[in-house]
Amino acid sequence: MSRERTYQTEAVVLRRRNWGEADRILTLFTPLRGKIRVRAVGVRKPASRKAGHLELFHRATLFLAKGRDFDIITQAETVEAYSPLREDLIGSAAASYAVELLDRLSPEESENAAAYRLLVRTLEQLSAGGDPALALRCYDLKLLEYSGYKPELSLCTVCGGEIRAEDQFFSPARGGAVCPRCADRAEGRFPVTLAALKVLRHIQRSELEEALQLPVGKSTLEELESILQRYIQYLLESPMRSRKFYSEVSRPRGEGGV
Amino acid sequence: MTLPKPVSRLIEQFQRLPGVGPKTASRLVYHLLRVPEEQARNLGEALLDLHAQTRFCSVCFNITDVSTDPCAVCRDDKRDGSLLCVVEAPLDVQAVERAQGFHGRYHVLHGAISPVEGIGPENLKIGELVERVRKGGVQEVILATNPSMEGEATAMYIHRALQGQGVRVTRLARGLPVGGDLEYTDETTLAKALEGRSAM
Ligand SMILES: [Zn+2]
Ligand SMILES: [Zn+2]
Repeated sequence: MSRERTYQTEAVVLRRRNWGEADRILTLFTPLRGKIRVRAVGVRKPASRKAGHLELFHRATLFLAKGRDFDIITQAETVEAYSPLREDLIGSAAASYAVELLDRLSPEESENAAAYRLLVRTLEQLSAGGDPALALRCYDLKLLEYSGYKPELSLCTVCGGEIRAEDQFFSPARGGAVCPRCADRAEGRFPVTLAALKVLRHIQRSELEEALQLPVGKSTLEELESILQRYIQYLLESPMRSRKFYSEVSRPRGEGGV
Repeated sequence: MTLPKPVSRLIEQFQRLPGVGPKTASRLVYHLLRVPEEQARNLGEALLDLHAQTRFCSVCFNITDVSTDPCAVCRDDKRDGSLLCVVEAPLDVQAVERAQGFHGRYHVLHGAISPVEGIGPENLKIGELVERVRKGGVQEVILATNPSMEGEATAMYIHRALQGQGVRVTRLARGLPVGGDLEYTDETTLAKALEGRSAM
């Protein structure tokens, strides 16, 4: 990194928390520096000209000055506000899930341009009103891969044998599929259907745009979510906080949803 | 040099307050060492009373005197009980009161939905609001949550939760700055926003 006192970057706002009288500490994701935390001075005052550009999920061009604890935002300009999410409860819940997963999988100051592009494309998809159910599963799989946790779905993670056309198991601890013959030797494994495994492999091999077009049935989607959540929970050592809220609001009314 | 225990302890406590760094904390503590003991005692007692002598109103969840529950606003017959203004925090009640354009009652949520931070509807006074409306007598619920992503999500969630209750649900007019805090909004802007509220 240069020794300049100021620099410019594009970023998406992952998290915000109030700081002092009128400031906020923002957790941002940038293409070249990965996750960073910066300070936005005075943004909680209505007169702030930066505030409107630094909302949750916003993609913005920022000018920053090096600071002692945190770098300080001197100027902000929106690239994309994803405004439809402000009027879409399910979409904004899905976007919350997306930023939480990225935040929790990413160490600070670690470049991950592929993850940045994935986040932006996913926010575009959600903001355009696309069905979040498949979009989030594609996001899960791709982000796991870009973060170094790509699940092994073609070979058994115990014996190394090729996964055959039959129902299989998945082991979060081993990070992938386990064949029926090795199941007893993999702790914490659970069964997965061949159908779900095939979809997971297809998403893994495809470009995001192509994967988003996949026709996937409701029950398979539910199984994908269950498999990936168990794997993610194992990696994060705790459940995704935003998953509960997303599940609640995306459930049709009358099924316990509000 | 190690500081005397009572000094370092108070510095530590001050540092936990919003916006107070180590320098300010030390300055405050050394200032308090120089003031008459009575002044320091008053401060200590005020701090103790803050929690011992206040509670949440059992109706609107604003902060009230322990001996005054329901709170003064909930008891005031001159205020319109059919009109509820829903805000995120007690400070927002103060802000709306300052604007002087509102004569209904309040409901304080104590936060906004923020899934990323693990704050869901069950952590806020939303169930209590729905119950309050269900009991009847409320004709309009004005959602005055902050115009932030979290505030919008909270408003949308409550709107959904109140569907079928036969109550009019309105949202403060936009015109409030996006990403801002209600607490910092000037009176004129807030009064206009109240005037121009619209159906959801
Ligand atoms: Zn095997
Ligand atoms: Zn009250």
